[in-house]
Amino acid sequence: MALSREQMARRVARELKDGYYVNLGIGIPTLVANHVPEGMDVMLQSENGLLGMGAFPSETEIDADMINAGKQTVTARPGASIFSSAESFAMIRGGHVDLTVLGAFEVDVEGNIASWMIPGKLVKGMGGAMDLVAGADNIIVTMTHASKDGESKLLQRCSLPLTGAGCIRRVLTDLAYLEIDNGAFVLRERAPGVSVEEIVARTAGRLIVPDDVVEMTF
Amino acid sequence: MAGLDKRVNTYEEALAGLTDGMTVLAGGFGLCGIPENLIAEIRRRRVKGLTVVSNNCGIDGFGLGVLLEKRQIRKMIASYVGENALFERQLLDGELEVELTPQGTLAEKLRAGGAGIPAFYTATGYGTPVAEGKEVREFRGRRYILEEAISGDFAIVKGWKADHFGNVVYRHTAQNFNPVVATAGRITVVEVEEIVEPGELEPSQIHTPGIYVDRVILGHFEKRIEQRTVRA
Repeated sequence: MALSREQMARRVARELKDGYYVNLGIGIPTLVANHVPEGMDVMLQSENGLLGMGAFPSETEIDADMINAGKQTVTARPGASIFSSAESFAMIRGGHVDLTVLGAFEVDVEGNIASWMIPGKLVKGMGGAMDLVAGADNIIVTMTHASKDGESKLLQRCSLPLTGAGCIRRVLTDLAYLEIDNGAFVLRERAPGVSVEEIVARTAGRLIVPDDVVEMTF
Repeated sequence: MAGLDKRVNTYEEALAGLTDGMTVLAGGFGLCGIPENLIAEIRRRRVKGLTVVSNNCGIDGFGLGVLLEKRQIRKMIASYVGENALFERQLLDGELEVELTPQGTLAEKLRAGGAGIPAFYTATGYGTPVAEGKEVREFRGRRYILEEAISGDFAIVKGWKADHFGNVVYRHTAQNFNPVVATAGRITVVEVEEIVEPGELEPSQIHTPGIYVDRVILGHFEKRIEQRTVRA
């Protein structure tokens, strides 16, 4: 069965390492914060200018001056720091963030990513996503494998305007965990109960299926 | 000390000199840390044809969104449209000129604008529509695009506390774009929740030194919350 949003977040959380500074995008990436493994300490960066994002506040703690990049009310954890947007993106652009997790509309075999507009239909704006994908070495894209109409989002070439060129190496979908290498997706893990055949059928870009594709366990 | 006393008493004085066609830089992120009373004063003055530079354009009915309603903005430079339906509609209809700019590039353009740096190279946006028409240059094997600085006729800023000299501190994440915006206005106007006596702010804790600030006004703020989220 396809992974739930929570399972996707749990799978991504396995890529965390003790001492990491991590930027989590809006949506499924945000949920990763709930699955930091026991005994591990990571510091969450929110690009509106907060390093050390804590839990959501209680009703009495809510403060209009304390939000994350998704504009949700949050708290700061002990050891947090707060700074300007220029400082925030200096740390992103300067490569100081260890892991970035973000969503996308499409990813292709060259590591291109599209996530900010659908011409004529929808304009979300890129926000900080272009800076994040250009500034980070270590990026995981999380998205559903196919659109609601069943169209693959893992393509030979992105059809939408790009957010970044040649910058994505790892993708977690609701069906699989894949790496991008040498102009192809490489299937590394499949969701529990999802067959390799289904993943092949739903991947439009060139896909390499090694002999040892692991089934994820939760 | 009169020459260095930046305090003004009315919002009319605070934005004296703002006229049609000017460029206004606005601090804030979403609805957090926005100069809400200065925005209301721009609306009241009915100035038109503005170029507005801000990360977002508020929401329908609050923040910079109210200037879209009155068609006072000719051009918007921002990183995020998000859930602002009127912004998205005016953009898609071609009614509003929009220069979507990556958030970090926008912050750095403003920083550069205030620091006298005309342009800078960044990898952000290389290979995307943002790079169209921009100079590309390679440094140490990687390609970068040239981005030009932004400065404005007016900068409107929301601070927490300021003193008579225009030294400002911000509260929590209401800091966001405010300090960079404050540096890049020909006339920088800061509205704050509290004006304190000179000497009350710890010199080493000041976020925006008064040299960047021309006018300070005491305001009352609604501080609307965009995404009220609590833990279970």
